[in-house]
Amino acid sequence: MCLARLRPHMRNLTAFTVRGARAMLLDPLVWAAALLLLLVWFLPVSGGVFHALFPALERPVYLQEPFSELLWQHISLVALSSLVAVAVGTLAGVGVTRTWGQSLAPMVDALAALGQTFPPVAVLAVAVPVVGFGEWPALIALALYGVLPVLQGTVAGLRSVPASVRQVALGMGMSPGRALWQLEVPLALPVWLAGVRSSVVINIGTAAIASTVGAKTLGSPIIVGLSGFNTAYILQGALLVAALAVITDMAFERLARRVAWQA
Amino acid sequence: MITFENVRKSYGQQCVVRDLNLHIQRGELVALIGASGSGKSTILKMINRLEPHDTGRILFDSHEINSFNPRELRLRMGYAIQSVGLFPHWTVTRNIATVPTLMGWSKTRIGERVHALLTMLDLEPEMYGPRYPHQLSGGQQQRVGVARALAGDPDVLLMDEPFGALDPVTRASLQQELKRIHQMSGKTIVLVTHDIDEALLLATRVVLIDHGQVVQVGTPLDLLSQPANDFVADFVGRSDMGIKLLSLQQVRAFMRDEPPLPQAAIAIATTLREAVSTMVQNRTQSLNVQDPAGQHLGVLHAADVFGASAAPHA
Repeated sequence: MCLARLRPHMRNLTAFTVRGARAMLLDPLVWAAALLLLLVWFLPVSGGVFHALFPALERPVYLQEPFSELLWQHISLVALSSLVAVAVGTLAGVGVTRTWGQSLAPMVDALAALGQTFPPVAVLAVAVPVVGFGEWPALIALALYGVLPVLQGTVAGLRSVPASVRQVALGMGMSPGRALWQLEVPLALPVWLAGVRSSVVINIGTAAIASTVGAKTLGSPIIVGLSGFNTAYILQGALLVAALAVITDMAFERLARRVAWQA
Repeated sequence: MITFENVRKSYGQQCVVRDLNLHIQRGELVALIGASGSGKSTILKMINRLEPHDTGRILFDSHEINSFNPRELRLRMGYAIQSVGLFPHWTVTRNIATVPTLMGWSKTRIGERVHALLTMLDLEPEMYGPRYPHQLSGGQQQRVGVARALAGDPDVLLMDEPFGALDPVTRASLQQELKRIHQMSGKTIVLVTHDIDEALLLATRVVLIDHGQVVQVGTPLDLLSQPANDFVADFVGRSDMGIKLLSLQQVRAFMRDEPPLPQAAIAIATTLREAVSTMVQNRTQSLNVQDPAGQHLGVLHAADVFGASAAPHA
């Protein structure tokens, strides 16, 4: 009796999991992530393939550190520096679009543009004498470099909110803070996210350079390969960095569809 | 309800409103009319303190508006503008609920209010409530804008060229609707417009503004029959002032109590303008006047219309 009543539900449940599994199988994001993990696992045992590709090299596979560790370090470095860049860029962007901050806009723009004009390598070179080798100079350089796209996204997003929306909101008695949080933020979110997206994706590529100052990242095989004329190392590092960037970009695209407020 | 006393407002060197004295009674529909840059919008925005005034006093409910908390002041005044400014990421229902939500009404009360407003503005609540602004036509958006401005049951409704961006047909129907809302609710409405026909049609009093100064204040009939100067005459449309005058007056005041003639008939609520048009079409000097049931009430003679259109029979 009880079982009979449950059966339709169970059928639904199976249908749901089957549909879920099928959706996952067709999902390019899942495929890309699987490919990255496969590369991490496969590259250390791929001596044969790279021997065939680069017969002149004695050790064609990068084995100083496991790729999984490099990947993790790379992701942590990008996550931390992007977090700082997003926080700084967003706050500055909100600030310069307020009435009290409008006079600061040109200065903030100039500063952010400056942060982007300096090549990250130069920032690294300047940062090393100050904070020493390792993760810190990398974090500073990457965070500075990532601010501009976020700032631009924030400002463009907030400016894209029709002036009439704010005018009416204030005219009806909404407080400026509430208008920002309930109207401007959700309306600016898609453009802001596009800024964050390019900041983070660029950051993933740039983080590879951080290996020059001793941070362990997916750039390490590339740097070692460049200095030792080992093209196979460069290829292995580049493959992983590229895969990570593509996956992140796809994930952001997924997120962008969620925050879009217009059908 | 709202009083301006010697109000002045400048942007830097430029004086946009000078020595404004105006008293708006409760229940009036006042149209502020003038060319672009005449300062009419600024005057409206000074009422809800979106623009501060420099000198003079503005009284709301006999208190200086600066003695109110600006947000509380604004919650008591509905506000609708030409570009509507609907919040595009909110449904129609949530848009209309903005002010009631700010005022902390209960969910059920808000729901009932939104339902009533949508019904009043001819928008099927079940159909349009869950829609987003971009799924509505321009006229429907403006309706929602008006509903939103009315939602908190404000004492005063401020409207800044609310129908400016609409096509003539939609505009006319919304004008009728506003007139109906005004008559039904008895709310005080201040309407900014640059369309003299809109002002003459809707307003109980028209305030004509030029270069930040009031040129003439009066009923639509005053403005047409006794323009204060050439500027007013030009503004209300010198060449067809007579026609406009006709359209403001009804047959009722001009007909004679006479037995029916073998002529065409018109309804008692017809304007003189329509009556004259009917006369021209039928090549006649007189028309029978009927009540809505078709009962004969009297006769309208062209001589009466053209002889004394500015001063109707008592």
